[in-house]
Amino acid sequence: MGILNLFSKPPAMLMLLPRGSFTVDREGRLLASTLPQAFPQELAEDIAMEVLAVFRGAKNARLSLNELVVRFANLKLTARELRGGAIIFLVPQTFSSQHR
Amino acid sequence: MRPKILLVDDEKDLLELYREMLTRLPSSPEIFTSSSAARALALLEAEPFTLLVSDLKMPRMDGLQLLSIVRRKFPELRTVVLTSVTDEQFRSRVYGLGVDLFWNKPTSNEEIRQFLECLESLLGRESQNGFRGVQSKSLVDIIQLECLSQNSAVLKITNGPLTGHIWIQSGEVIDAQTDELSGEEAFHRILLWKAGNFESLPAEPGRNQTIFNSYQGLLLQTAQAQDEAQGQIDAQGTAPEGDANSPLAAISHFPGVEFVLCVKAGATPGFEARDLENPQLVADWTRETLEQFRSLGERLQAGPLQQLQGRSPRTHVALTPHDDVSFCLGWEHGLSAKQVQDSMNKVLALWAS
Repeated sequence: MGILNLFSKPPAMLMLLPRGSFTVDREGRLLASTLPQAFPQELAEDIAMEVLAVFRGAKNARLSLNELVVRFANLKLTARELRGGAIIFLVPQTFSSQHR
Repeated sequence: MRPKILLVDDEKDLLELYREMLTRLPSSPEIFTSSSAARALALLEAEPFTLLVSDLKMPRMDGLQLLSIVRRKFPELRTVVLTSVTDEQFRSRVYGLGVDLFWNKPTSNEEIRQFLECLESLLGRESQNGFRGVQSKSLVDIIQLECLSQNSAVLKITNGPLTGHIWIQSGEVIDAQTDELSGEEAFHRILLWKAGNFESLPAEPGRNQTIFNSYQGLLLQTAQAQDEAQGQIDAQGTAPEGDANSPLAAISHFPGVEFVLCVKAGATPGFEARDLENPQLVADWTRETLEQFRSLGERLQAGPLQQLQGRSPRTHVALTPHDDVSFCLGWEHGLSAKQVQDSMNKVLALWAS
Protein backbone atom coordinates (compact mmCIF):
# COMPACT_ATOMS: atom_id res chain seq x y z
CA MET A 1 0.00 0.00 0.00
CA GLY A 2 2.86 2.32 0.87
CA ILE A 3 4.33 1.95 -2.62
CA LEU A 4 0.94 2.52 -4.19
CA ASN A 5 0.48 5.70 -2.16
CA LEU A 6 3.93 6.86 -3.27
CA PHE A 7 2.88 6.77 -6.92
CA SER A 8 -0.70 7.98 -6.50
CA LYS A 9 -1.33 11.40 -8.03
CA PRO A 10 -1.53 14.44 -5.74
CA PRO A 11 -5.15 15.44 -5.07
CA ALA A 12 -6.45 18.33 -7.17
CA MET A 13 -7.32 21.33 -5.00
CA LEU A 14 -10.32 23.63 -5.34
CA MET A 15 -9.79 27.33 -4.73
CA LEU A 16 -11.63 28.58 -1.63
CA LEU A 17 -13.28 31.96 -1.96
CA PRO A 18 -11.41 34.68 -0.06
CA ARG A 19 -12.69 36.18 3.20
CA GLY A 20 -11.09 39.30 4.58
CA SER A 21 -10.31 42.91 3.79
CA PHE A 22 -7.46 44.89 2.29
CA THR A 23 -6.55 48.48 1.58
CA VAL A 24 -4.85 49.85 -1.50
CA ASP A 25 -3.44 53.23 -2.45
CA ARG A 26 -4.52 55.26 -5.49
CA GLU A 27 -2.18 53.21 -7.72
CA GLY A 28 -3.78 49.94 -6.56
CA ARG A 29 -0.75 48.88 -4.48
CA LEU A 30 -1.56 46.68 -1.47
CA LEU A 31 -1.03 48.53 1.84
CA ALA A 32 -2.58 46.16 4.39
CA SER A 33 -4.49 42.91 4.19
CA THR A 34 -6.34 40.36 6.32
CA LEU A 35 -6.86 38.00 3.38
CA PRO A 36 -5.62 34.39 3.74
CA GLN A 37 -1.96 33.99 2.80
CA ALA A 38 -2.92 31.43 0.17
CA PHE A 39 -4.89 34.07 -1.74
CA PRO A 40 -2.65 35.41 -4.52
CA GLN A 41 -1.59 39.03 -4.03
CA GLU A 42 -1.87 39.66 -7.79
CA LEU A 43 -5.54 38.71 -7.66
CA ALA A 44 -6.14 41.13 -4.77
CA GLU A 45 -4.43 43.86 -6.79
CA ASP A 46 -6.55 42.96 -9.83
CA ILE A 47 -9.67 43.42 -7.71
CA ALA A 48 -8.36 46.76 -6.46
CA MET A 49 -7.64 47.98 -10.01
CA GLU A 50 -11.19 47.13 -11.10
CA VAL A 51 -12.68 48.90 -8.08
CA LEU A 52 -10.57 52.03 -8.59
CA ALA A 53 -11.44 52.01 -12.30
CA VAL A 54 -15.15 51.92 -11.45
CA PHE A 55 -14.82 54.90 -9.09
CA ARG A 56 -12.88 56.86 -11.71
CA GLY A 57 -15.27 55.85 -14.52
CA ALA A 58 -18.26 56.90 -12.44
CA LYS A 59 -16.70 60.32 -11.88
CA ASN A 60 -16.20 60.69 -15.65
CA ALA A 61 -19.86 59.75 -16.17
CA ARG A 62 -20.79 62.47 -13.64
CA LEU A 63 -21.91 59.91 -11.07
CA SER A 64 -19.94 60.63 -7.97
CA LEU A 65 -19.66 57.37 -5.98
CA ASN A 66 -17.70 56.54 -2.85
CA GLU A 67 -19.10 53.12 -1.99
CA LEU A 68 -19.59 50.00 -4.09
CA VAL A 69 -21.38 46.75 -3.29
CA VAL A 70 -20.87 44.02 -5.89
CA ARG A 71 -22.85 40.82 -5.53
CA PHE A 72 -21.76 37.66 -7.29
CA ALA A 73 -23.71 34.46 -6.75
CA ASN A 74 -21.09 33.28 -4.25
CA LEU A 75 -19.19 36.36 -3.14
CA LYS A 76 -20.01 39.85 -1.91
CA LEU A 77 -17.48 42.61 -2.47
CA THR A 78 -17.84 45.92 -0.64
CA ALA A 79 -15.47 48.81 -1.37
CA ARG A 80 -15.14 52.32 0.05
CA GLU A 81 -13.06 55.07 -1.44
CA LEU A 82 -10.23 56.27 0.84
CA ARG A 83 -8.42 59.39 -0.34
CA GLY A 84 -8.06 58.09 -3.87
CA GLY A 85 -7.35 54.52 -2.71
CA ALA A 86 -9.87 52.06 -1.32
CA ILE A 87 -10.66 49.60 1.44
CA ILE A 88 -12.18 46.40 0.07
CA PHE A 89 -14.08 43.69 1.96
CA LEU A 90 -14.65 40.20 0.55
CA VAL A 91 -17.24 37.83 2.06
CA PRO A 92 -18.20 34.46 0.55
CA GLN A 93 -21.96 33.99 0.21
CA THR A 94 -23.36 30.64 1.27
CA PHE A 95 -27.02 29.62 1.58
CA SER A 96 -26.95 30.39 5.30
CA SER A 97 -25.30 33.82 4.89
CA GLN A 98 -27.73 34.81 2.11
CA HIS A 99 -30.77 34.02 4.23
CA ARG A 100 -29.50 35.64 7.42
CA MET B 1 -34.65 10.61 -29.54
CA ARG B 2 -32.19 9.12 -27.03
CA PRO B 3 -30.80 11.68 -24.60
CA LYS B 4 -27.02 12.21 -24.59
CA ILE B 5 -25.04 12.38 -21.35
CA LEU B 6 -21.46 13.59 -21.03
CA LEU B 7 -19.56 12.32 -17.97
CA VAL B 8 -16.46 14.22 -16.83
CA ASP B 9 -14.06 12.84 -14.21
CA ASP B 10 -10.28 12.59 -14.11
CA GLU B 11 -10.53 9.05 -12.64
CA LYS B 12 -10.87 6.80 -15.69
CA ASP B 13 -11.98 3.78 -13.63
CA LEU B 14 -14.82 5.80 -12.14
CA LEU B 15 -15.88 6.96 -15.60
CA GLU B 16 -16.31 3.34 -16.68
CA LEU B 17 -18.26 2.56 -13.51
CA TYR B 18 -20.58 5.54 -14.07
CA ARG B 19 -21.03 4.59 -17.70
CA GLU B 20 -22.26 1.16 -16.63
CA MET B 21 -24.58 2.70 -14.04
CA LEU B 22 -26.10 5.20 -16.42
CA THR B 23 -26.77 2.75 -19.22
CA ARG B 24 -29.36 1.22 -16.84
CA LEU B 25 -31.50 4.36 -16.99
CA PRO B 26 -34.97 3.75 -18.48
CA SER B 27 -34.46 6.45 -21.15
CA SER B 28 -31.45 4.46 -22.50
CA PRO B 29 -29.17 7.48 -22.93
CA GLU B 30 -26.06 7.55 -25.09
CA ILE B 31 -23.10 7.96 -22.72
CA PHE B 32 -19.95 9.90 -23.62
CA THR B 33 -16.98 10.30 -21.28
CA SER B 34 -14.14 12.73 -20.85
CA SER B 35 -11.25 12.62 -18.38
CA SER B 36 -10.58 16.37 -18.57
CA ALA B 37 -12.60 19.57 -18.54
CA ALA B 38 -10.87 20.86 -21.68
CA ARG B 39 -11.82 17.73 -23.65
CA ALA B 40 -15.40 18.00 -22.31
CA LEU B 41 -15.68 21.56 -23.63
CA ALA B 42 -14.46 20.39 -27.04
CA LEU B 43 -17.13 17.65 -27.08
CA LEU B 44 -19.85 20.12 -26.07
CA GLU B 45 -18.79 22.46 -28.88
CA ALA B 46 -18.93 19.60 -31.37
CA GLU B 47 -22.46 18.29 -30.68
CA PRO B 48 -25.49 18.96 -28.50
CA PHE B 49 -25.87 17.08 -25.20
CA THR B 50 -28.85 16.72 -22.88
CA LEU B 51 -26.96 16.43 -19.62
CA LEU B 52 -23.46 17.03 -18.25
CA VAL B 53 -22.32 15.14 -15.14
CA SER B 54 -19.04 16.49 -13.78
CA ASP B 55 -16.66 15.93 -10.89
CA LEU B 56 -15.33 19.02 -9.06
CA LYS B 57 -11.72 18.18 -8.20
CA MET B 58 -9.82 17.82 -11.45
CA PRO B 59 -6.30 18.94 -12.38
CA ARG B 60 -5.70 22.02 -14.57
CA MET B 61 -9.33 23.14 -15.10
CA ASP B 62 -11.51 22.10 -12.15
CA GLY B 63 -15.25 21.40 -12.17
CA LEU B 64 -16.20 24.90 -10.98
CA GLN B 65 -14.29 26.49 -13.85
CA LEU B 66 -15.85 24.04 -16.32
CA LEU B 67 -19.38 24.68 -15.04
CA SER B 68 -18.89 28.43 -15.06
CA ILE B 69 -18.01 28.28 -18.79
CA VAL B 70 -20.75 25.75 -19.54
CA ARG B 71 -23.49 27.87 -17.89
CA ARG B 72 -22.51 30.83 -20.05
CA LYS B 73 -21.95 29.02 -23.35
CA PHE B 74 -24.63 26.33 -23.11
CA PRO B 75 -27.40 27.75 -20.90
CA GLU B 76 -29.91 25.08 -21.99
CA LEU B 77 -27.67 22.18 -20.95
CA ARG B 78 -28.73 20.44 -17.74
CA THR B 79 -25.83 20.02 -15.32
CA VAL B 80 -25.09 17.72 -12.41
CA VAL B 81 -22.13 17.69 -10.04
CA LEU B 82 -21.08 14.29 -8.74
CA THR B 83 -18.30 14.72 -6.22
CA SER B 84 -16.72 13.54 -3.00
CA VAL B 85 -16.40 17.15 -1.80
CA THR B 86 -18.71 17.72 1.17
CA ASP B 87 -17.80 21.31 2.09
CA GLU B 88 -20.93 23.49 2.27
CA GLN B 89 -19.15 26.38 0.53
CA PHE B 90 -18.68 24.30 -2.62
CA ARG B 91 -22.26 23.01 -2.58
CA SER B 92 -23.44 26.60 -2.30
CA ARG B 93 -21.12 27.79 -5.08
CA VAL B 94 -22.25 24.97 -7.37
CA TYR B 95 -25.90 25.91 -6.94
CA GLY B 96 -24.93 29.58 -7.29
CA LEU B 97 -23.62 28.74 -10.75
CA GLY B 98 -27.08 27.47 -11.70
CA VAL B 99 -26.27 23.76 -11.60
CA ASP B 100 -29.38 21.55 -11.46
CA LEU B 101 -28.14 18.97 -8.98
CA PHE B 102 -25.26 18.54 -6.52
CA TRP B 103 -24.75 14.93 -5.48
CA ASN B 104 -22.10 13.29 -3.30
CA LYS B 105 -20.59 10.20 -4.92
CA PRO B 106 -22.91 7.34 -3.95
CA THR B 107 -21.56 4.76 -1.54
CA SER B 108 -24.46 2.30 -1.34
CA ASN B 109 -26.92 0.64 -3.70
CA GLU B 110 -29.74 2.74 -2.26
CA GLU B 111 -27.83 5.97 -2.98
CA ILE B 112 -27.09 4.77 -6.50
CA ARG B 113 -30.80 4.05 -7.03
CA GLN B 114 -31.77 7.53 -5.77
CA PHE B 115 -29.13 9.19 -7.91
CA LEU B 116 -30.32 7.37 -11.03
CA GLU B 117 -33.92 8.38 -10.28
CA CYS B 118 -32.90 12.03 -10.05
CA LEU B 119 -30.99 11.82 -13.32
CA GLU B 120 -33.93 10.20 -15.08
CA SER B 121 -36.21 12.94 -13.78
CA LEU B 122 -33.80 15.62 -15.08
CA LEU B 123 -33.65 13.95 -18.49
CA GLY B 124 -37.44 13.94 -18.71
CA ARG B 125 -37.87 17.57 -17.71
CA GLU B 126 -38.55 20.03 -20.49
CA SER B 127 -38.70 23.77 -20.16
CA GLN B 128 -42.24 24.90 -20.84
CA ASN B 129 -44.10 28.17 -20.66
CA GLY B 130 -47.35 28.27 -18.78
CA PHE B 131 -48.47 28.44 -15.20
CA ARG B 132 -47.16 25.79 -12.87
CA GLY B 133 -49.81 23.29 -11.90
CA VAL B 134 -51.64 23.69 -15.21
CA GLN B 135 -48.85 23.35 -17.75
CA SER B 136 -49.42 24.66 -21.27
CA LYS B 137 -52.41 26.71 -20.08
CA SER B 138 -52.20 30.46 -20.20
CA LEU B 139 -53.59 32.70 -17.50
CA VAL B 140 -56.38 33.64 -19.94
CA ASP B 141 -57.39 29.95 -20.09
CA ILE B 142 -57.42 29.73 -16.30
CA ILE B 143 -59.58 32.85 -15.90
CA GLN B 144 -61.98 31.68 -18.63
CA LEU B 145 -62.27 28.33 -16.88
CA GLU B 146 -63.11 29.98 -13.54
CA CYS B 147 -65.59 32.42 -15.08
CA LEU B 148 -67.36 29.90 -17.33
CA SER B 149 -67.84 27.65 -14.30
CA GLN B 150 -69.44 30.62 -12.47
CA ASN B 151 -66.86 30.12 -9.70
CA SER B 152 -65.98 32.47 -6.87
CA ALA B 153 -62.30 32.49 -5.95
CA VAL B 154 -59.23 34.63 -5.50
CA LEU B 155 -56.40 33.83 -7.91
CA LYS B 156 -53.01 34.62 -6.42
CA ILE B 157 -50.44 34.85 -9.20
CA THR B 158 -46.70 35.09 -8.54
CA ASN B 159 -44.13 35.90 -11.18
CA GLY B 160 -40.72 35.84 -9.48
CA PRO B 161 -40.77 38.70 -6.96
CA LEU B 162 -44.04 40.13 -8.41
CA THR B 163 -47.38 39.20 -6.89
CA GLY B 164 -50.89 39.84 -8.19
CA HIS B 165 -54.41 38.95 -7.09
CA ILE B 166 -57.57 38.62 -9.19
CA TRP B 167 -60.91 38.41 -7.40
CA ILE B 168 -63.61 36.42 -9.17
CA GLN B 169 -67.17 36.51 -7.88
CA SER B 170 -69.89 34.28 -9.39
CA GLY B 171 -68.07 34.03 -12.71
CA GLU B 172 -67.13 37.73 -13.05
CA VAL B 173 -63.84 39.51 -12.38
CA ILE B 174 -64.59 42.14 -9.73
CA ASP B 175 -61.16 43.37 -8.64
CA ALA B 176 -57.43 42.96 -9.24
CA GLN B 177 -54.30 44.19 -7.55
CA THR B 178 -50.54 44.13 -8.05
CA ASP B 179 -47.83 45.67 -5.88
CA GLU B 180 -48.37 49.10 -7.42
CA LEU B 181 -51.60 48.93 -9.47
CA SER B 182 -55.24 48.15 -8.79
CA GLY B 183 -58.47 47.58 -10.71
CA GLU B 184 -58.46 47.08 -14.49
CA GLU B 185 -54.88 48.36 -14.83
CA ALA B 186 -53.68 45.65 -12.46
CA PHE B 187 -55.72 43.00 -14.30
CA HIS B 188 -54.15 43.91 -17.67
CA ARG B 189 -50.66 44.03 -16.15
CA ILE B 190 -51.04 40.56 -14.61
CA LEU B 191 -52.25 39.14 -17.90
CA LEU B 192 -49.08 40.35 -19.60
CA TRP B 193 -47.02 38.01 -17.41
CA LYS B 194 -45.93 35.05 -19.51
CA ALA B 195 -45.32 32.50 -16.77
CA GLY B 196 -45.39 32.01 -13.04
CA ASN B 197 -47.32 30.17 -10.37
CA PHE B 198 -50.92 30.53 -9.38
CA GLU B 199 -52.94 29.50 -6.36
CA SER B 200 -56.70 29.42 -6.11
CA LEU B 201 -57.62 30.87 -2.71
CA PRO B 202 -61.07 30.84 -1.05
CA ALA B 203 -63.50 33.51 -2.30
CA GLU B 204 -63.84 36.81 -0.43
CA PRO B 205 -67.56 37.65 -0.76
CA GLY B 206 -67.16 41.04 0.98
CA ARG B 207 -64.58 42.33 -1.51
CA ASN B 208 -65.43 45.75 -2.98
CA GLN B 209 -66.06 45.69 -6.73
CA THR B 210 -63.76 48.01 -8.70
CA ILE B 211 -64.06 46.30 -12.10
CA PHE B 212 -67.43 46.51 -13.85
CA ASN B 213 -66.42 45.33 -17.33
CA SER B 214 -67.42 41.73 -18.19
CA TYR B 215 -64.64 39.15 -18.16
CA GLN B 216 -65.02 38.70 -21.93
CA GLY B 217 -64.56 42.48 -22.37
CA LEU B 218 -61.48 42.48 -20.14
CA LEU B 219 -59.87 39.57 -21.97
CA LEU B 220 -60.65 41.20 -25.33
CA GLN B 221 -58.99 44.45 -24.25
CA THR B 222 -55.92 42.55 -23.07
CA ALA B 223 -55.69 40.65 -26.34
CA GLN B 224 -56.02 43.90 -28.32
CA ALA B 225 -53.30 45.62 -26.23
CA GLN B 226 -51.00 42.65 -26.74
CA ASP B 227 -51.64 42.62 -30.50
CA GLU B 228 -50.99 46.36 -30.77
CA ALA B 229 -47.76 46.14 -28.75
CA GLN B 230 -46.58 43.18 -30.84
CA GLY B 231 -47.48 45.05 -34.05
CA GLN B 232 -45.36 48.03 -33.01
CA ILE B 233 -42.43 45.77 -32.10
CA ASP B 234 -42.72 43.90 -35.43
CA ALA B 235 -42.81 47.18 -37.35
CA GLN B 236 -39.92 48.87 -35.55
CA GLY B 237 -37.91 45.93 -34.20
CA THR B 238 -38.17 47.38 -30.71
CA ALA B 239 -40.72 49.04 -28.46
CA PRO B 240 -41.06 52.75 -29.30
CA GLU B 241 -38.99 54.88 -26.90
CA GLY B 242 -41.52 57.59 -26.24
CA ASP B 243 -44.38 55.15 -25.75
CA ALA B 244 -45.93 55.64 -22.33
CA ASN B 245 -46.83 51.94 -22.29
CA SER B 246 -43.33 50.71 -23.15
CA PRO B 247 -41.57 48.47 -20.60
CA LEU B 248 -39.02 51.23 -19.98
CA ALA B 249 -41.80 53.67 -19.11
CA ALA B 250 -43.29 51.12 -16.70
CA ILE B 251 -39.88 50.79 -15.01
CA SER B 252 -39.44 54.57 -14.77
CA HIS B 253 -42.76 54.75 -12.88
CA PHE B 254 -41.63 52.12 -10.40
CA PRO B 255 -41.59 53.57 -6.84
CA GLY B 256 -38.18 55.03 -5.96
CA VAL B 257 -36.75 55.02 -9.51
CA GLU B 258 -35.15 58.31 -10.58
CA PHE B 259 -33.78 57.29 -13.97
CA VAL B 260 -33.62 54.20 -16.19
CA LEU B 261 -30.95 53.19 -18.64
CA CYS B 262 -31.19 50.00 -20.66
CA VAL B 263 -27.96 49.06 -22.45
CA LYS B 264 -28.17 46.54 -25.27
CA ALA B 265 -25.36 44.13 -26.03
CA GLY B 266 -24.86 41.92 -29.08
CA ALA B 267 -24.34 42.77 -32.73
CA THR B 268 -26.08 46.16 -32.54
CA PRO B 269 -25.17 47.72 -29.19
CA GLY B 270 -27.19 50.73 -28.19
CA PHE B 271 -29.15 52.10 -25.30
CA GLU B 272 -32.50 53.55 -24.27
CA ALA B 273 -32.86 55.95 -21.39
CA ARG B 274 -35.49 57.86 -19.44
CA ASP B 275 -34.97 60.86 -17.17
CA LEU B 276 -31.16 60.73 -17.52
CA GLU B 277 -29.15 63.82 -18.52
CA ASN B 278 -25.98 62.22 -19.92
CA PRO B 279 -27.07 58.75 -21.11
CA GLN B 280 -24.13 58.10 -23.45
CA LEU B 281 -21.54 58.55 -20.70
CA VAL B 282 -23.48 56.42 -18.23
CA ALA B 283 -24.15 53.75 -20.88
CA ASP B 284 -20.42 53.46 -21.63
CA TRP B 285 -19.60 53.27 -17.92
CA THR B 286 -22.33 50.65 -17.31
CA ARG B 287 -21.14 48.46 -20.17
CA GLU B 288 -17.49 48.68 -19.13
CA THR B 289 -18.16 48.16 -15.41
CA LEU B 290 -20.36 45.10 -15.86
CA GLU B 291 -17.92 43.53 -18.32
CA GLN B 292 -14.96 44.13 -15.96
CA PHE B 293 -16.73 42.59 -12.99
CA ARG B 294 -18.12 39.69 -15.00
CA SER B 295 -14.58 38.84 -16.02
CA LEU B 296 -13.30 39.34 -12.44
CA GLY B 297 -16.03 37.00 -11.16
CA GLU B 298 -14.80 34.29 -13.53
CA ARG B 299 -11.21 34.70 -12.35
CA LEU B 300 -12.31 34.51 -8.71
CA GLN B 301 -14.74 31.62 -9.42
CA ALA B 302 -17.31 33.72 -7.57
CA GLY B 303 -20.26 32.72 -9.75
CA PRO B 304 -22.32 34.94 -12.04
CA LEU B 305 -22.38 38.69 -11.41
CA GLN B 306 -25.82 39.52 -10.04
CA GLN B 307 -25.84 43.19 -9.13
CA LEU B 308 -23.64 46.18 -8.44
CA GLN B 309 -24.71 49.14 -6.33
CA GLY B 310 -22.82 52.42 -6.09
CA ARG B 311 -23.57 55.12 -3.53
CA SER B 312 -22.53 58.52 -2.33
CA PRO B 313 -24.36 61.08 -0.20
CA ARG B 314 -26.09 62.33 -3.37
CA THR B 315 -26.29 59.30 -5.67
CA HIS B 316 -27.56 55.74 -5.53
CA VAL B 317 -27.30 53.63 -8.69
CA ALA B 318 -27.74 49.92 -9.29
CA LEU B 319 -26.43 47.97 -12.27
CA THR B 320 -27.47 44.50 -13.27
CA PRO B 321 -26.96 42.28 -16.32
CA HIS B 322 -30.06 40.56 -17.70
CA ASP B 323 -29.88 38.25 -20.76
CA ASP B 324 -28.72 40.41 -23.68
CA VAL B 325 -29.38 43.75 -21.97
CA SER B 326 -28.00 45.48 -18.89
CA PHE B 327 -29.71 48.01 -16.66
CA CYS B 328 -28.47 51.02 -14.77
CA LEU B 329 -31.14 52.53 -12.54
CA GLY B 330 -30.89 55.62 -10.41
CA TRP B 331 -32.68 55.34 -7.07
CA GLU B 332 -34.04 57.90 -4.64
CA HIS B 333 -31.64 58.76 -1.90
CA GLY B 334 -32.47 57.22 1.47
CA LEU B 335 -33.34 53.73 0.25
CA SER B 336 -31.27 50.98 1.84
CA ALA B 337 -29.09 48.62 -0.22
CA LYS B 338 -31.50 45.77 0.59
CA GLN B 339 -34.54 47.79 -0.54
CA VAL B 340 -32.81 48.62 -3.84
CA GLN B 341 -31.71 45.00 -4.28
CA ASP B 342 -35.30 43.76 -3.85
CA SER B 343 -36.71 46.51 -6.07
CA MET B 344 -34.17 45.71 -8.81
CA ASN B 345 -35.39 42.09 -8.78
CA LYS B 346 -38.97 43.33 -9.23
CA VAL B 347 -37.93 45.65 -12.04
CA LEU B 348 -36.22 42.75 -13.85
CA ALA B 349 -39.34 40.62 -13.47
CA LEU B 350 -41.38 43.52 -14.85
CA TRP B 351 -39.03 43.76 -17.83
CA ALA B 352 -39.16 40.00 -18.44
CA SER B 353 -42.96 40.21 -18.49
